[in-house]
Amino acid sequence: MLNILPAPLARRLPPPSDLPVPLLPLQPVFYRIVRRVAAKHPELFERLGKHQRTDFIIDVTDFPFALHLRPYPPALILRAVRRERLPKHQAAIAGDFRTLLRMIDAEEDGDAIFFSRELVISGDTEAIVTLRNAMDDVEGSIAEDVAEMFGPPGKMALARLNKMAEGPDSEGAW
Amino acid sequence: MITGDVVGELVCPAGTPASLRTAVDAGADSIYCGFQNATNARNFPGLNFTPKELAGAVDYAHERGANVLLALNSYPPAGKFELWREAADLGAELDVDAYIVADMGVARYISEKHPDRRLHLSVQAAAASPDAINYYVREFGVKRVVLPRILTIPEIHEIKAEISAEIETFIFGNHGLMVEGRCSLTNYATGLSTNMDGVCSPAHLVEYVKDSAGNMSSQLGGYTIDRFGPDESAGYPTICKGRYCNEVQPDGYYAFEEPISLNLSKLLPDLMEAGVTAFKIEGRQRSRAYVRKVVSAFRAAVDDVRAGRDPKLADLVALTEGQKQTEGAFKTKKWR
Repeated sequence: MLNILPAPLARRLPPPSDLPVPLLPLQPVFYRIVRRVAAKHPELFERLGKHQRTDFIIDVTDFPFALHLRPYPPALILRAVRRERLPKHQAAIAGDFRTLLRMIDAEEDGDAIFFSRELVISGDTEAIVTLRNAMDDVEGSIAEDVAEMFGPPGKMALARLNKMAEGPDSEGAW
Repeated sequence: MITGDVVGELVCPAGTPASLRTAVDAGADSIYCGFQNATNARNFPGLNFTPKELAGAVDYAHERGANVLLALNSYPPAGKFELWREAADLGAELDVDAYIVADMGVARYISEKHPDRRLHLSVQAAAASPDAINYYVREFGVKRVVLPRILTIPEIHEIKAEISAEIETFIFGNHGLMVEGRCSLTNYATGLSTNMDGVCSPAHLVEYVKDSAGNMSSQLGGYTIDRFGPDESAGYPTICKGRYCNEVQPDGYYAFEEPISLNLSKLLPDLMEAGVTAFKIEGRQRSRAYVRKVVSAFRAAVDDVRAGRDPKLADLVALTEGQKQTEGAFKTKKWR
């Protein structure tokens, strides 16, 4: 279970996936993130071809919400959504934060984590395969690009998340 | 430039420009890749190279002493040869080091139009005998043959004694027991051809369905081809690796082959001794993470063998299909 909070505090709180997080304040942040990625990596969106207009659900299973992505550059969407009220979508990807982060940054092979059942996909398989292939062509770290947007606090948060992603032994708050 | 003098040339996959650069940086001697169309047998969505991307990739590889092999290894349907001809001409313009071909018409065109370029015979040609290989060498000037994965090492040794072409064998990836280039299972289920459209199990016809008990079914073109229990490792949605039920085996059985990957890391010295020039790693559809890990592991292993050291082999089982590996027919024809 993912928790970015210090271990003693994390133990007193419900699991992050159950926290009643308000979504509205998060939406501008996610929109900024997807715009930043689109500006920095236009080739990613070109490689998506017709699936720029596909609606994806990315379910980070240890987050208290899922994400809705439509990677259509003229009208980009990345927003937090409630699991019980998912918008209409054609494809869905689910996995915990550690797994998804390592896949996005090319630390883990998408097929391997699919074989091991850590990654669950449903809906339009072609759209998911296309998204996976397009993201894999992005060199460097998308996560670091995003962290840079938020200055030193963003970099600190990413460093902590990466440390947690190294495994349960490296961090007491799993 | 490929001379064929290097024993243990490491031939590695790239589905994207980033993967190609990763393969080069990880120690690949040669990288094979294809265009974004039906001219190659991995015509998957979001994969492969535009002409501009391939131009950049060739420059990157050549600047670092690596070779780029262009896969034109599908079979042109009647009346559609122009696409393959254009791809071949473009490859020459972009200075690829060799073409990997399966179709005799494509081989003929390249041998006549671009005689200075090397021709490698794809595994898709399924040439598994000295007679077949020598035919391609004689008629089209083929310099290297990629052998089907159905031969034992002693058989490879015997073939080598009767041919003048270099031999390339797969060392990691798909087990590949079908008569490659002739398989029509996908065509039967979907109407699309692995060999002519370049798509084995086209993704737009694949569906994964999870039930309330956590079982996951993989379906292709409406056919259920496997169902994995909640804690069971999954495989690719390919018919040849499906698990089927019938009256005799109502609980399901693997009719053709199991989800399992070939890994010949322990046989590298024997393969070199049998006369194999180049080692091929499969996986153009796989990620940069796969390319980096597998290429690095085999680079170190090949270097160890060349230096007379026992190769230290990284554990690659996590990257294998079904998380299982085999030495397949190379070790014995009783692999099941």
